[in-house]
Amino acid sequence: MFYRENGQFKTSYRADQQIFPIAQDRIVVLALVAAAFVLVPMLASDYFYRAILIPLVIMSMAALGVNILVGYCGQISLGSGAFMAVGAYGAFNFFVRFPGMPLVPALILGGLCATFFGILFGLPSLRVRGLYLAVATLAAQFFSDWMFLRIKWLTNNSDSGSVSVNDLQVLGMPIESAMSKYLFCLALLVVVALLAKNLVRGAIGREWMAIRDMDVAAAVIGIRPMFAKLSAFAVSSFIIGMAGALWAFVHLGSWEPAAFSVEVSFKLLFMVIIGGLGSIMGSFFGAAFIVVLPIFLNQFLPGFLDLFGIEISTAGLSHAELMIFGALIVWFLIVEPHGLAKLWSTAKQKLRVWPFPH
Amino acid sequence: MKLSKIVIATAVVAAGAAGVATNAFAQAKEQFFPLLSYRTGPYAPNGTPWANGKQDYIKMINARDGGINGVKLTFEECETGYMTDRGVECYERLKSRPGVTVFDPQATGITFALTEKAPVDKIPLMTLGYGLSVSQDGMAFKWNFPLMGSYWTGADILIQHIGKNAGGLDKLKGKKITLVYHDSPFGKEPIPLLQERAKMHGFELQLLPVTAPGVEQKATWLQVRKDRPDYVLLWGWGVMNSTALKEAQATGYPRDKMYGVWWAGAEPDVRDVGDGAKGYHALALNGHGTQSKVMQDILKYVHDKGQGTGPKDEVGSVLYTRGVIIQMLSVEAVRRAQEHFGKGKVMTGEQVRWGLENLALDQKRLDALGFNDVIRPISTSCSDHMGSTWARVHTWDGKNWKMSSDWYQADEQIIKPMVKTGADKYLADKKMQRRDVKDCQSPGQASS
Repeated sequence: MFYRENGQFKTSYRADQQIFPIAQDRIVVLALVAAAFVLVPMLASDYFYRAILIPLVIMSMAALGVNILVGYCGQISLGSGAFMAVGAYGAFNFFVRFPGMPLVPALILGGLCATFFGILFGLPSLRVRGLYLAVATLAAQFFSDWMFLRIKWLTNNSDSGSVSVNDLQVLGMPIESAMSKYLFCLALLVVVALLAKNLVRGAIGREWMAIRDMDVAAAVIGIRPMFAKLSAFAVSSFIIGMAGALWAFVHLGSWEPAAFSVEVSFKLLFMVIIGGLGSIMGSFFGAAFIVVLPIFLNQFLPGFLDLFGIEISTAGLSHAELMIFGALIVWFLIVEPHGLAKLWSTAKQKLRVWPFPH
Repeated sequence: MKLSKIVIATAVVAAGAAGVATNAFAQAKEQFFPLLSYRTGPYAPNGTPWANGKQDYIKMINARDGGINGVKLTFEECETGYMTDRGVECYERLKSRPGVTVFDPQATGITFALTEKAPVDKIPLMTLGYGLSVSQDGMAFKWNFPLMGSYWTGADILIQHIGKNAGGLDKLKGKKITLVYHDSPFGKEPIPLLQERAKMHGFELQLLPVTAPGVEQKATWLQVRKDRPDYVLLWGWGVMNSTALKEAQATGYPRDKMYGVWWAGAEPDVRDVGDGAKGYHALALNGHGTQSKVMQDILKYVHDKGQGTGPKDEVGSVLYTRGVIIQMLSVEAVRRAQEHFGKGKVMTGEQVRWGLENLALDQKRLDALGFNDVIRPISTSCSDHMGSTWARVHTWDGKNWKMSSDWYQADEQIIKPMVKTGADKYLADKKMQRRDVKDCQSPGQASS
């Protein structure tokens, strides 16, 4: 009833091509963004920021990067954790080696390090694809694990391989409190998401999707596979690298290579698959599912079981958490193989025709 | 899928969450102990008894003494799975509880991450026998307490012991010592000290990393077989230890030439290997067994009443005892703080920090607490956040760990300058200043 587009006429290409062609969508999304910037800081507690919102925002950014590569360009990657690590340690090196290096340029330079690394490990994609490529990118993961544990120079000669940063600030404003950290990450996420959305709508994005859908056909119609694939690797690993740098700088503050282990790569891949391949929105859903659900279950289950008079041990709880989490993944993939984003768009479609479905 | 079903499911879940949120916070005069633990994952066999010991001691103090001077002790466990990000989440979740006392992160990686956060939140971090070696310097690390020993003191004592058995440290000249270590900050921490000792005594140090979690060690032990080192130091945790012992057995490397750190010297490490681990030595940070009074009390007040956290026959095992010691020290820190700031009150994190910094547990006090022959006296100060560096070596006889050496103390002459240099580097990196001496002398103000 409220969600329909009749009466909204597009009279220019500009209007026809905008990101959210339906006025209600525009309003809702703008309201959501505004709420994230204004309402959340008024309501959220310290725990909510540090344990849920900040990881969520950063992981959304990483999932966005992975989605560009896996979802839009069809290049399956298991090296996302490595790209995050390169971004983190790259930014760290710029940050500590150049006195007075501001935070944002350090993050961007870290992202650029990841871009270079991503292109390097994207080269096999020119010859292999699918599962073979997944295994090839796994090499990036192992290589980065090795590199940050072994090459002392990269960790500023730290004996243990663990490094830390402090005194973060942007334009003189300290990024110390939970709220400032959250707002900082959120602002970056909004910029990155907007850029990504515009990239995938534009010529480059269509090249990526053409490569994903049928690379031989794409080459026949004049798309250069090399450019398309490597640009996807470059853009994707830049975003993932930025996210990695934020994860290390803002979320952890002090980290070791294990913070970006192969497990992170798997998690990121799950995020885009569950969230929805080839959907910017899906990256957010997927990140929310993977980041928030285990924490939620961990806190919700004891109280829930308590209602039935069952007491659960910590070990039992964490086993139950893994089981429920696994079961939910399988259930979601069976019910909606296109991910949470598809559920979302189905819901929108239903609303559009409601109350007269046809 | 039907949309309505999703809506209903979401509503149920949300309602449940609201219920949890409201019933969780009922507060009284209670000192709250957040317990980070891991009962799942590759380190679970070792993490579990450790966590059980901590819980049982709290239960025992509540049952036997009714708390600390009338202040009841409460706790909540949070599963980290040894993962840094989950550990940070647990920390954030539990840190703002009323009466929060002290965090024992139980993992080197989490310790590193929390070291940045604890000073901001003003909650002390206790890392008994692990964590950052340089944080012994309390003038640089105000909130870290690596009580009873660090990886540097551990490594130092091992070299002393090996040297003594070889007939003097000068006999180590030309010998080959191999460090088989978990490839993470945990495993790498002892390296600077071993290098220092290698320079002093002229032995050759070889480093063999094992990728976490440590079940894949074939290549490492092939290397050991090729080089035939005179001694192997094992710096492992969890499944890595038993794997290393099995590989040593398969390789034919004599187990009595192998020396583990105190995290590689508990029952779960050797039980599965059984006779294959016979003769293997490891550092013993603490005594074990059920003969001490504290274990008897735990059995009497907790396990005999069916309140025990783990199986009864686990009481008194090496890691269980270590958990009990950790909890005892944090309880004693609260007691010490109460003596200074007011008995029968709930202490804040800052007050507990003062307590940790002014621990003075002499033999008499330890005996009274029931810890005779479990640990040596420990007393901390503003500049020394470790308190003691005593450790023994024990040997696995196929069924039990048996003490096989006297108590050793780490060589201050070597450790002290290293700690100082490391702490100075840390402070310089962070652009921070050493604590003012006045900060130590006027504890009353620091705690307001």
